[in-house]
Parts: sequence; structure tokens; C-alpha cells
Amino acid sequence: MAEIVLEARGLTRVYHRGSEEIRALAGVSLSINRGEFVSFMGPSGSGKTTLVNLLGCLDNPTDGDLVLAGRSIFDGCKMLGERELTRVRREVFGYIFQNFYLIPTLTVRENVALPLAFYRKPGADAEVERILNMLGMGHRMEHLPGQISGGEMQRVAIARALVNRPEILLADEPTGNLDSKRSKEIGEILQDLNRSAGLTIVMVSHNPELARLGGRIVEMRDGQAYEV
Amino acid sequence: MISKNQIAFKNLFRKKARTLLTLVGIMLSSWVLVSLLGFNRGYENALNHDIENMGYQLMVMAKGCPYEAATMMLQGGTGLRYIEQSMADSIMKEPEVAKVTPILMQAFFDPNKGTSGGIAGYFGVDPATFPAMKPFFRFRQGGWFRDPSAAEAVMGYEAAELEQREVGDMILVPEKNVQLKVVGIMERTGSQDDGTIFVPLKTLQKISGIDKITTIGIKVNKDADTAELENKLYKLQDVQVVSFSQVKQTIMKLISTARVMVLSIAVIAIIIAMVGVINTILMSVLERMQEIGILKTMGAMPWDIFRLVWTETLILCACGGIAGIGLAVTFARATDVLVRRILPYAPSGGLVAIDARLALLTLAIIVTVGLLSGLYPAWKAGRVRPLESIRREG
Repeated sequence: MAEIVLEARGLTRVYHRGSEEIRALAGVSLSINRGEFVSFMGPSGSGKTTLVNLLGCLDNPTDGDLVLAGRSIFDGCKMLGERELTRVRREVFGYIFQNFYLIPTLTVRENVALPLAFYRKPGADAEVERILNMLGMGHRMEHLPGQISGGEMQRVAIARALVNRPEILLADEPTGNLDSKRSKEIGEILQDLNRSAGLTIVMVSHNPELARLGGRIVEMRDGQAYEV
Repeated sequence: MISKNQIAFKNLFRKKARTLLTLVGIMLSSWVLVSLLGFNRGYENALNHDIENMGYQLMVMAKGCPYEAATMMLQGGTGLRYIEQSMADSIMKEPEVAKVTPILMQAFFDPNKGTSGGIAGYFGVDPATFPAMKPFFRFRQGGWFRDPSAAEAVMGYEAAELEQREVGDMILVPEKNVQLKVVGIMERTGSQDDGTIFVPLKTLQKISGIDKITTIGIKVNKDADTAELENKLYKLQDVQVVSFSQVKQTIMKLISTARVMVLSIAVIAIIIAMVGVINTILMSVLERMQEIGILKTMGAMPWDIFRLVWTETLILCACGGIAGIGLAVTFARATDVLVRRILPYAPSGGLVAIDARLALLTLAIIVTVGLLSGLYPAWKAGRVRPLESIRREG
């Protein structure tokens, strides 16, 4: 039986803008198995990014529970402080975003090694070159981000997310800034990481073609999640 | 792999012009501060050196303005008044007195000096008592006079350089057209003596037609009560007593205004540099909010981010501080010249004394002030929440 790595129960997130109350998530419950590739789709404002941020421990919910690999992270009234959330994030997650956020004064190698300056799992040092080679960036290690293409920058961002060997890779619109050819390449890389390395991937995408690469698609509408 | 310090260092290269301008600001404050501290120390050292090189602690001279007396003794002067030479013998009888030496100062107008002529100062000194007052004098060539009334001169180092004279050469006393044979040239002392021409007292009295003296230099016994001796000397008719400790205090008071001004400039320079550091680091933090958020998703704790930003401040301040100290040391001579122009009196020797201890003290002040300036930007950066910063991308 597949192991549940992430389980959300009744996750709710309410924002306040002045006197207006915005219910971005309205009690979402779902579970994600280890090794799954789940894509979240939906129109803007449907709550997909809010949900993924909660699943990725980037934010506290207003209500609901989140269990991460059997460990309760949020349980209704209990919220984690920034330090505790950071600890969870660095031990479990790797993140990639639409914008690559590479540091322009650091080389490709240094950008990938950046997370290790703050936290390193045993043996993580050796991962830098291995992952860059695996992603076809071995020949660009000493280049600065300004000297490589957008697709290559996203590969570097993926390598950076993988360097501490995360259990779950969280990708928010990873191809949003790339053309269709580069988007396909990044999609294939993610699919390969999921299939060959068994990495759990949670992705938000507007791109149906990219979303279909995952084995499971969840559609978000009005703060609710629907399996497709 | 890359360390936090390397990340901080490389971050400073993003906006090179801004970093450079901030560095220049810190460098200038460091330069002003170390020069000021060096001046505070150097000026007093130079003054002490000048006073010690007088060879005596008290001076008796005809009544007049005490500042004029000090100026006469330290720089030479005109409009002199005279006292009887016999007064030296009576002062010698006081139990507090170890040695006395009579001195006659004379100034003659030399039309060949400089572009429009100048004053040539001569010191008539007693060969029997004056050399004992200045045992530290060393001769580059020759020695003291062979006869107390010989037509001979001993030249200070700079006087000989200026007149281009060697032992055996003749010098002409301006106005009087009397020739003197140079019998000795001194090594540099770093005091006013370097520019002086010494002549036997009797010879100078004969040349100037004055059988009196201008000054009596008094060396006090080691454990004697100098104040008590001063009181006794004040009772003498028509003389004034100048104590060099008083002269020193008076001069230090005179320059205190200049010191306060320079100190104020240094404080203003430090405040400007501090504001510059806060601005640079804060701007850099605000521009990198998203990136700082991403660092937090990678596992950076608030303290890690605080330290990263603080390290940037430390690097800026340390580099700017060291560069400023380097400049201050390199241009100490030029600062010396500049300070001499604005001060009412400047002793000989270096006025700006910068040593390793002073350099380290300045660096510590600059770095401490810089780190205090970096506190707010670093604290602000440490508080960035990843989600808020990522949302900023719109």
C-alpha cells in the first residue's frame, strides 16, 4: 500500500483586505502518496497557489490540519512559527518558482551549493556536481546566471532545489517564463525525476500539456479541489 | 562549496557604484578620524620634544607679554628687552637651581634671505654652561667653540643646509658685516635649534654692542620645588618667569579650539558615513526581498540572514576603514603641512603620529559604528517571510 506523505484535512485560508474577507481555500482535503506527481490546475484566483503554499509549509492555514510523513504540522489551532516552518522546509522540501531567483554574482555551481551554506544533509556536498551533470549543466558550472539561457537558469534552480535531497519537490509555475520548447524540456526533467528517482512532485501549472506529465491532476475552483 | 561570508562578499559587487561610493564615505571618515587622533597625540609629543630639547625648565627674561616670551624662545623674535648678566650668578645661588646659562638673542635683517629678505636669528651662548644644558646635541661636523670670545659659529642642521656651509667656511653677520668661522654643524634635532646659529656670548655682545643678555635658562634640581623657585624669581625686579609646563598648557589651550573643530568635522564625517552605510545596506535588502525569501525556503534561519547582511556591513566598514587609515599614513606629511597652516603655533617634528595601536583603535571605532548602522537593515532582512517576499513578484 502506498505511503501517504502529505495529508490535508479541511485546509482553509482566509485573507482580509480591509473589511473584505477573501476565502482563498474553503476546507480542502486531499492526500498525496510518496512518489506521486500531482499537478494543480485552475484559473487565476482559484486557490491553487495558496494550497501549494500551505502544503509546502510556506504559510500557516486559518483552519485545518496538515500531516507531513506522519508528523502533524498544523492541527486546527496550532500554528508554527517561522523558525519551525524553516526547519520543516529545509528537511523535507525543495522549491522551484516561475522566477528562478538565482544570485547574479554567484556562478552556477555556487548557486546550486547555496542551500548548503545554511543547512546540509550528510553527503549533500557531492550532490552539486552530480545533479548539474544529470541536468546537462556540467559544462556551465563556472558560468554566471547572466551568461546562460532561461531554460538553463530553470535547470540550475531545479538543481538547487534538489541539492539537499528533498522528499518533496514543490514547483509553482516552473515554466511560466519559458517558451514551449524549454517548457517541454523542463517538464521532461521533472517527469524523469519522478519516474527514475521516485521523487514526490507537487506542481502548479496553467499549462495543460505540462500538467498531464504528472500521473494525477487536481483542478482548483473557488477554493475547492476536484480530482480530474 | 560556498560560505556565508563569500555570499556576503559577492553581494557587494552587484551595485558596484553604490558600494564604491559608500566605501569612499567610510574611507574619508576613517582618514579624518585617524588623522585627528594622530594629531592629538603627535602635537603633544612634538611639543614635549621641543620643550625637553630646550634643556631647561624655566626661563627668566625682561618683563613683557608671556606669549611673546614663549614665541621668542621657541621661534625667535624681535623687539627684545635686556637684563643684566650678573642676574644669572645670583639665580645660581638659589638651592633649587642646578644650572643656569645666560643667552643673548639677536636678530639681524638679511637682504639676501628669501625673495625679499628676512630675519637671521643668532643665539649668543656661554660655552662654559650652554653645552651642559644640551648634552643630547650631536655634531655632524666639528664641535663647540674653542674660545669664549672667538669669532666662531656653530650652525644648526637646517641653518647649515640653507646657507650651504661646511666646517671651515665663513658666514657674514648681516647688518654688522662681521665674518664668523663655522666650527661646528649639528645633527638634526627635530627642534627649533636646527635653524639656529650659535655664537659665543661675548662675541655676539661685541658684534651687537650690547653687554647684557635677553634670557637666562634655568635647570632645576631633580627633586626641587619648581613652584617655590618660580615664586622667588617673580620677586626679582623687572623680570618675568616662563615655566615650560605653563607654556605647554597655554599652547595646548590655544590649539584646543582647532582640536574641537577637527573633532566636530570627524564626528560629522562619521555620521554621514553611517547614514551612507544604512542607506546602502537597506537599499540592498529592499531590492533583494524576494531573494531573501528564497534563501529562507532553502533553510536559512532569521539569524543566518541577519548575519549575512551584517557581514556585508562588516566587509564595507573594514575595507573602507583600512583604506582610510592607509591614506592617512600615506598622506600624514601633507596633513602635517595643512595643520601647520591653520594652527596658531606648531612645534617642530611630526604633528600627526599614527602608530599600529592608533590604527587599530580607529578601525575598531569605524567597524563598531558600521555594525551599529547595519543593525536595522540586518534585522529587517532577518524578519522577511518567504511567502510575503514571493508574493511581491506580483
